[in-house]
Amino acid sequence: MDKPVAKIGLKHGSGGRAMRQLIEDVFLTLASPVDGIGLSALDDGAAIRVGDRWLVVTTDSHVVHPIFFPGGDIGRLSVSGTVNDLAMMGATEPLGLTCAVVLEDGFPRADLERVVASMRETAREANAPIVTGDTKVMGKDEVDGIVLNTTGVALAERVVSDAGLRAGDLLIVTGTIGDHGMAIMSRRHDLRLEGDLRSDVAPLNGLVREALRAGGEDVVAMKDPTRGGVAGVLHEMAAKGKVGIVIDETALPVRDEVRAAGEMIGIDPLLVANEGKAVIAVRARAADKVLAALRAHPLGASATVIATAIAERPGAVILDTGFGKRMLAEPEGELLPRIC
Amino acid sequence: MAGKDLFQELKFRDPVRARALAEAIAREVDAIGRTVPVMHVCGSHEQAIARFGLRAVLPPGLELIMGPGCPVCVTDGPEVDEAVALALQGARVCTYGDMLRLPGTARSLADAQADGAKVEVVYSVSQAVELAQKHPEDEVVFLGSGFETTAVATAAVALASPPKNFSILSVHKYVPAAMNVVAESPQTNIEGYIAAGHAAIITGWGIFEPFAARTGKPVVVAGFEPLDILAAILQLVELMRQGKAEVANVYPRCVTKEGNLPAQRSLWKVFRPVTGTWRGIAEVRDGNLDLRPEYAHLDARKRFRIDTAPVRDEDAEEAAKGCICGSIMLGLANPGDCALFGKTCVPESPVGACMVSSEGQCRIWHTYGGVPDLRKVGT
Repeated sequence: MDKPVAKIGLKHGSGGRAMRQLIEDVFLTLASPVDGIGLSALDDGAAIRVGDRWLVVTTDSHVVHPIFFPGGDIGRLSVSGTVNDLAMMGATEPLGLTCAVVLEDGFPRADLERVVASMRETAREANAPIVTGDTKVMGKDEVDGIVLNTTGVALAERVVSDAGLRAGDLLIVTGTIGDHGMAIMSRRHDLRLEGDLRSDVAPLNGLVREALRAGGEDVVAMKDPTRGGVAGVLHEMAAKGKVGIVIDETALPVRDEVRAAGEMIGIDPLLVANEGKAVIAVRARAADKVLAALRAHPLGASATVIATAIAERPGAVILDTGFGKRMLAEPEGELLPRIC
Repeated sequence: MAGKDLFQELKFRDPVRARALAEAIAREVDAIGRTVPVMHVCGSHEQAIARFGLRAVLPPGLELIMGPGCPVCVTDGPEVDEAVALALQGARVCTYGDMLRLPGTARSLADAQADGAKVEVVYSVSQAVELAQKHPEDEVVFLGSGFETTAVATAAVALASPPKNFSILSVHKYVPAAMNVVAESPQTNIEGYIAAGHAAIITGWGIFEPFAARTGKPVVVAGFEPLDILAAILQLVELMRQGKAEVANVYPRCVTKEGNLPAQRSLWKVFRPVTGTWRGIAEVRDGNLDLRPEYAHLDARKRFRIDTAPVRDEDAEEAAKGCICGSIMLGLANPGDCALFGKTCVPESPVGACMVSSEGQCRIWHTYGGVPDLRKVGT
């Protein structure tokens, strides 16, 4: 056990072990019993039973630097992130989204309008109406530019938790991994890499709808690999499902640009954030059907089976590199490029 | 070399070839008929071995041990103290990233930075020179760490008449000296060595011939791709089975017998080998690279009075109790043998030096999960 820290650091927001520890130590004290999936499940959102259906609720605050990046911007990110969290619970038809914005004194109006236009367009793409909001302005240097919070609600017939894995299940990733995080890092650290590094940020509810239609009850767990990347998601699924997971590294869909950038700065694409991908666990018998449905959708063209759940080593994630096997560590803190 | 052959040659990540090499290694180890401990002396080798899970395909009879091959890990506490003292005295101290979090006797450069000292991470020594040009009002001190590879870059800058406000605090180390320490340690039982390819690019593989002759142990120079490493291990166990204390080079695309002669000339023009203390290992004969007297004007130790009166930090001393980095660097223990590993000593808050750098063995094992027996899992 780590000694509790006196101050919150950047690592506590990076989607890894430190963040999970903070949530468990501090925020879980807020959890109270709920008929369905509540805070204590630490899933993508909550699911509260309403009659014979489920009300799914999720919320997310978005900060990203820079706010405009190759392939997207904070507006598209804020709508997609919340739509995707709903979708990962099986709720692919959002009833509505809220939008709360905190702005820094001096934030350019033109940038705000550009962000809002992007939100409008993404909301239309996801068929997710934005129904209410809130605006605050803080002093210079009291907030970094803009913080966007979005909350989403939806009704679902069936909820897919992230704890449903059994030995023998297959794990599918819906497309190339690491695109968002590597694009952001490349821009943030001014790496001036050749090639086309672009974020994958997109709303996934349409894609997930197709997977659920094809797989039905055989879709047993879903999660979008944002902070902490695919590695973080697989660790969570392995721990909650009490199974081991073996990843076939040679099967991972990774764009050449992302792979090259990763090698250069010493960061594994498995640990890097995605904003337009899902990890979908299915019973083996449904894998072909679900894969075909995903690949027929424009956002799932390179969907691939990347891993298998096993009964041995519950909670462990093992990487088969093609040369040998090793443990895949849980993402720890801020990803920093290698210096030398 | 014909185009097709060249392409084949460049397929360093071919799992089929890797399996064939691993099988050949197993046959050689079988023929030797007992456990054979071999050491690689380089953090980058450990990185590749762990990253690609190579230990899981090697035969159980081959014990692959990492030696003192991370320059950050072997930089001694008092050397860090000198840099911290200079920073606290007002100098702008520049160094490579990993050096920032390396614990000194009481404080790290990161601690000094948090206290308001000017400490900057640079990607190369020439960036430090640029900072000196940009800040003529500051004394810019480059904390030069690393083995031959980075020492050559530091030497090149020293030879290029850097600005007057630029100086060097050298904690550069010399790889062949490290191998002598291991070979001469009474507890060691290493039977063969894999030498670091990048350092050998500078020094040439011939430099290991006296070592092999003196110790009676074979040495193989290797690159850093998985097939490079497996090929080196195969060559090493072949030599061991044949009882030959020879030097082989399986990295001929980069390393020659003589090495890079102009680089060696620059290196020895600026630096001289001196005996110094390596962290966790004690004194290493000719293990440190100091600036020659002709370059005293660039030598931070000559230019400034560095006051490193020890500041005790009881918390740090308490935390460091039980740290076994020294034994790990000498190949006498594994990170898993340390009571602090993964508990109080983690990459976010390292207690020992081996957890600091991405080339340190504890850090690598923490990242890649060490060496659990995964030979049969999930197959």
